[in-house]
Parts: sequence; C-alpha cells; structure tokens
Amino acid sequence: MTTSKKIAAFVFVASVAGIMNTTVASAAGGGVAIERQAWSFSGPFGLYDQGQLQRGFQVYQNVCAGCHGIDRVRFRNLVEPGGPGFPEADVKALAADWANAVVDGPNDDGEMFERPPRLSDAIPGPYKNEKQARAAQNGAYPPDLSLIARARGVEYTGPVWWHPFHMLKDMATAYQEGGVDYIYALLTGYRDEAPAFKRTEDGKLVAVSDADAEDATGVERCASVTHANGAEKDVCVALQEGMQYNAAFPGHQIAMTPPLSDEAVEYKKNADGKPVVPETTAQHARDVAAFLAWAADPSHDQRKRLGWQVLLYLLITTILLYYAKKAIWKRVKH
Amino acid sequence: MMAHHESTYEPQGRWAKWLDERLPVPRLVHDQLVEFPTPRNLNYLWTFGGILTFCLVAQIITGIVLAMHYQPSGADAFNSVDTIRRDVNYGWLLTKLHAVGASMFFIAVYIHIFRGLYYGSYKAPREILWILGVFIFIAMMATAFLGYALPWGQMSFWGVTVITNLFSSLDGVIDGLGTAIVQWLWGGYSITGKTLNRFFSLHYLVPFIIVGLVGLHIWALHVVGQNSPTGLDVKTKADAVPMYPFAVAKDVFAMFVFLIVFLWFVFFVPDYMSHADNYTPANPLATPPHIVPEWYFLPFYAILRAIPSKLGGVMAMFAAIVVLLFVPWLDRCRTVRSTRYRPVYKWFFWALVVACLGLGYLGAKPPEGAYIVWARIFTVYYFAHFLLVLPILGLIETTNQPPASIAESVLGKAGSDSRADAEPANQG
Ligand code: HEC
Ligand code: HEM
Repeated sequence: MTTSKKIAAFVFVASVAGIMNTTVASAAGGGVAIERQAWSFSGPFGLYDQGQLQRGFQVYQNVCAGCHGIDRVRFRNLVEPGGPGFPEADVKALAADWANAVVDGPNDDGEMFERPPRLSDAIPGPYKNEKQARAAQNGAYPPDLSLIARARGVEYTGPVWWHPFHMLKDMATAYQEGGVDYIYALLTGYRDEAPAFKRTEDGKLVAVSDADAEDATGVERCASVTHANGAEKDVCVALQEGMQYNAAFPGHQIAMTPPLSDEAVEYKKNADGKPVVPETTAQHARDVAAFLAWAADPSHDQRKRLGWQVLLYLLITTILLYYAKKAIWKRVKH
Repeated sequence: MMAHHESTYEPQGRWAKWLDERLPVPRLVHDQLVEFPTPRNLNYLWTFGGILTFCLVAQIITGIVLAMHYQPSGADAFNSVDTIRRDVNYGWLLTKLHAVGASMFFIAVYIHIFRGLYYGSYKAPREILWILGVFIFIAMMATAFLGYALPWGQMSFWGVTVITNLFSSLDGVIDGLGTAIVQWLWGGYSITGKTLNRFFSLHYLVPFIIVGLVGLHIWALHVVGQNSPTGLDVKTKADAVPMYPFAVAKDVFAMFVFLIVFLWFVFFVPDYMSHADNYTPANPLATPPHIVPEWYFLPFYAILRAIPSKLGGVMAMFAAIVVLLFVPWLDRCRTVRSTRYRPVYKWFFWALVVACLGLGYLGAKPPEGAYIVWARIFTVYYFAHFLLVLPILGLIETTNQPPASIAESVLGKAGSDSRADAEPANQG
C-alpha cells in the first residue's frame, strides 16, 4: 500500500508543479501589461465623479465625435442621475445644435427627412454606416464607443502560479475597470516611432533605449517582434504605412492618429482663471475614459448603492440564521 | 430502512381529511419535507442540493422575465439585450442575475458532484440517483451553451461556430453525417438568425426538462435516503433527525451564505465571469483572437484540444462526461462508501480535483507549448482515474473500519444505544 501512496503523492505533486511550470509558455503569449489606474469608481464603494463625466463628455464631443459614434447613449441620458447630470435646458440646446442630424420619416409626402436631434434621440454619430466610415478613414473602422469600456479587457501577464491568487484578489476587491484602464493606456500609449531593436549575432532582436539608438548602427524599428524558435532568426514587424505605434493596442499598430494633445479641450476655469484640472493629454484621456465607462454602464452608481443595501440585509439575516440554526441543533449532538 | 418510514401525518379537521383522501399533498409534504429522516452527521457539503434547487428556480424566474423583453432575431438580439440593460426597469439587475446565476449554478453543481465522488454517494443503492444527476448535468450544459448564444455578441457567435462545427468531424465516421447534423443545428448552410431562433426555443425548453429530472432525482433520493460523511445509511432513529427544523435550518443558513457570494458578483463584479468580447455585436467576418467558452466548460474544452485529432478530441470530450454514468460500477470498492475510510484513494481523489482545475486553467490558454503537454497529462489522468484507479484500487486497497452506525460516529459507542439522545427523531 505504501507504494500506491507514493504514486498518489507523486501524481499530486507533479500536477501542482505542472500548473506552475506553464509560466514558460505564457511568457511567449505576448499579452500587453496594462497599468491599473485609480478611478473614482474603482472598488465596491467607488462611484462616478460627476465633474469628470462632464469633462469626459466635453472631450468626446470635441475630439472623438469627429470619428466615433456613441449611438446607444441618448441625449436624455446626459441629464439623468448617476451620469454627467447636465441641466436639461443645456442638453436640449446641445441636441438642437448637434453636428449630425437624425433621419426621420417618412413625412406626409412619403419622404425621409433630416432634423436636429431631440432629448429622446440617440446621439447621432458622424457616419451613416460602416462603409462610409471606412471610406473616410482609409479603410479603418472607428468602432462605436457606447460599449467599448466593457468590450475591452486586460490580460493577465504575471507568473502562472500567482494567477489564481490574482483572480481571487480581483474578485474580492471588485476589480471591473479593465476596459477603462485599457482605454486610458491606449490614448496615452502613442510613440512617435516604433521602439528600437538591435540584432545579436545569433539573430535575436534585443530592445535598446532611444538614447542608445541615436548613435548606434544597425538599429531596427519594430512595432512588434516575432520570436523564433531554435536556429531561426527573430522577425521584426515594421510599422505599416499610415499606422501609428501604440504600446497598448494589440499588435501595436493602430490606424487611429493620436487624438489627444495638451490643451486639446478647454475645461471650466476656477475663480483664479486656472482650469479645474490640468488640460493635459493624460487628464483628457482619464476624463474621456471615465465618460466611456459611464456610457457602457450607466446604472453603475445605482447598482453599487442598491448592492450595499441588499448585502447589508443579507449579512444581518445570515447572522440571525446562523444563531437560529445553532439554537435548533443545540439539543442534538452531531 | 428509515427512508420508507411510516407516515406520521394526521390531517387536522374536516377539510384536511377530505383532501387527504383525494390528493394527499399535505401528507407528502409532511412526510417528505418535514418528518423526513436526515442523517444527523451531515456536513455543509450536503446543503448544495437545496442550493441547486434554488438556483434552478431563480434561473427560470429571471429567464421568463428576460424573455418578455428579448428579441430572438439576428438583427435585434444584441440591441434588445442592451436595451434591457439600459431602459427596462432594473433590467441591468435582471440580466446579471441570470448570467451570474448560471455561473453560480455551475459552481454549486461541481461542488455537489465532487461531494458525491468523495463520499461514494453513487454506490448502491444510489446508482439511479447518481445517473439522474449526470443527466441533469448534461442538460445544464446544453442549456448554458444555448443560452450563451442569445446575447449574439462576438463570443456567442464564435462559440456557437466552434462547438457546432465539432459535429462535422463525424463525417469521418459516416460520410455526410457530420455535415447533416451541423446543417440541422444551424437551420441552414451557415450560422444565422435562424440558428439563434432555434437556440432560443430550446433554451426555453430544456430547463423544464431539468425540472422533471430534478423531480425524479429527489424522488430517488427519498426512496433510498441520504448518504452521510461516514458513508453509512440511516438505520435507526438515533441516526437521524427530522428534516424540519434541523436540516432546513442548516440549508437556509447555507443558502444565505451562498446568496452573499452570488450577489457580491451581481452588484460589484458583474462582468467578472463573462467575456468582454461579448459586448461587441456578432460579426461573422471578424474572428476574435481567442475563442474561449464560458469557464464551466473549460475542463472539457481542454480535453477536446489535448487530443491531436479532431474526431478523437470530440469523442474524448463527450467520453469525459459519459464516463460519469458508469462510476457506480467502475468503483469496485465494496467495503466502504466514504473516502474517509480509504487511505489510498484519498490521494487519487485530490489528484482528480487538481487535474480538473488544471484542465480548467489550460482550457483558457492557447493550445501550444507547455500548455498542451500539461493538458495531455491531466487528460490522461482524468480517464485513468475513472477507468483504472476506481476499478483496480477498489479491489486492492485495504480500507479502514468505519464506525458501526451514524449514531456511534457522533456519540461514541455508549451513546449509540442511548435513547435519550435520540429524542428529536421521536417527536411527532
Ligand atoms: C481621426 C479619427 C479619430 C478620432 C478623432 C478618434 N479616433 Fe479612435 N479610432 C479611429 C480609428 C480609425 C480606429 C480604428 C483603429 C484600428 O482598428 O486600427 C479607432 C479606434 C479606437 C478605439 C478602439 C481600439 C481597439 O482596442 O480596438 C478606441 C477605444 C478609440 N478609438 C477611442 C477614441 C477616443 C476615446 C477618442 C477621442 C479622444 C478617439 N478614439 C478619437 C479614429 C479616430
Ligand atoms: C439541477 C441540478 C441539481 C439539483 C437541483 C440537485 C438536487 C439535489 C438535492 C436537493 C439533493 C439532496 C440534498 C443533497 O444531498 O445535497 C441531491 C442529492 C444528490 N445529488 Fe443532486 N442535484 C442536481 C445535480 C446533480 C448532479 C449533476 C449530480 C451528479 C452527477 C447529482 C448527484 C446527487 C447525488 C449522488 C445525491 C445524493 C447525495 C447523498 O445523499 O449523499 N446531482 N441533489
């Protein structure tokens, strides 16, 4: 019997070791590490910051709306609680002046016609359809941004053995902001040039800093590198015509030109004439990302508020039930 | 046998007597849910059956309300789900109760199944109870797969594509068979709104088949009685306590703990168990970089991809489920039920748990390099566990001696025949 015990122990240890060993492969997987940001709406207690959502909408309106629609959001949503909460009159005026019209009809003559949007309308985007968007954007398609904050996520890039603990930590701390973190990283992840690499004698590509690249020879600029196995050489994937290098975008080549720059949008000013927050690229990116988080999840604040009420009720009831159960079983050994 | 206990129901009053002679539902409830003898030594792993019943009812209720707003057509499905989230009162809550609820259902059922494996609950006389359980599990997987198609996002669409295409490998068995099945599932030559339509119809149907199976499952349970952590049956009154209030108090408490976890996810991490790609509408022209099924299918998905041939992979994946049906006969250990008294099997049991978790992890990884190697090792162990360890170890293992009865395991030798402590079982 002891032999079978040893076999069993071996299987167990081998399996655990096996899970840990897979680190080797994941390093080759090539997920991009996205830095986590502190959002006002992070964690189980976090809620949207109304001022930030208003600024974020401003960035959307002035920058992104030129190329991206957000057609699951209605003008009236901008007024509702739990969102940017603009005054209704302002949004009415905003809708009436909106750059893109709504197609309505047919009218009494049987014709379709265009009219300015109303509060109840979806915010109309710049293009009528995907074909038109691609035609205007050199074949690239700027996706609708209504759900983008939930349609993107972050991939885990750490060691395999830590992954289960990382998952438990995310569940316990209610980490839900992967998509928003990604958008922020995307908008701030542009570089003028693809990173520099030098080739070693055996054909491997090694990253070199831009400073070192200045006066070195044989530097290659690669958007990404395909590592080869064994004797083959690494392949340098150069930036294609019309593409931008972006650290966060999968594959690092994106057709969207860097949309933001410092002072791209003018924010509300304090009494001293300074803007409420700095008008930097990073701040614009942060604000618009938060706005897109709201656009994708407008019931977020209501959800968390109700969540605490429900959870509190459950906790108290559960404690009472525990003592009830104890009292009932007290008479019986079990 | 305690399970066939005498009915102790006494109808109170004329109306109750009248009903008792015609349709004795109160008698059934009294005998099966109030007085029903439950082993006094059950641990919290025995609360998951009740939790599963709750999950089933919750899924059906949230599902019926969702179906009032959902549009099962290729053009409208995604938008209608988005509209439920944005514009239907508490629609955001409803969608998440149903989606997270499905995940919680599977967490509970996996605990329930491994409970059965550990305590030998599948052994005689509970074979049919166990087999009904496996049928429930299969029906649950079918329901979940069909339901995941309904939001018609990218992962819905591509998940359906990958899984339905598996059947085309049957062309290797009988020429044309696979293609015929695939086209029959699709309702045409490609996946379209028609496919979605039939999936919706079936997604609404199968849960009610599960209700029927659960009815039989509980019936079978109440014929043979519950197993217990010692693997011993209830033999005397001293072994058992009446279901009400004892088991009920414990079950309700456990269910609330389960609800806390469930609603934590619903309110604070609602997207955790699903895939971000499903917030992008289905697009037959754009394949997502990784097509990954829902987490509860991952162990089976890993087995599918561990086998180098497509047909082989499909057969292995289905065999991994079907093998569970034969567990009552594969396990040749006849001396004890519970793994508590099986010093060697204990190790293999935990190795199976590790293999299943490992397969679950690997199912979400690309099938390459070390991942595929480990997926193969775990797959081999998975089948070896059922086909080699259970039969062979059952014959050669020297098991430990369990106590003579449940009462003795709780009260010690002296207590087992003490009448005083058996009092709760005597009442009523
Ligand atoms: C000049 C037009 C243009 C502007 C302005 C613009 N974008 Fe884009 N955007 C694009 C195009 C084109 C793509 C598609 C890129 C690709 O697929 O390579 C894109 C893609 C994206 C994506 C998707 C990336 C992914 O993971 O697929 C996001 C998110 C995004 N843009 C956000 C924004 C935000 C936020 C703004 C405003 C600050 C903005 N864009 C302004 C053209 C634009
Ligand atoms: C919809 C899913 C299911 C429901 C609602 C359900 C319900 C129940 C209930 C209420 C019990 C009695 C309480 C308990 O022992 O926990 C039970 C027992 C049992 N179930 Fe299930 N069950 C489900 C799925 C399964 C599956 C998938 C299996 C196995 C493959 C299974 C195997 C068993 C066994 C063997 C018992 C007896 C356990 C014992 O007495 O030790 N069940 N089930």
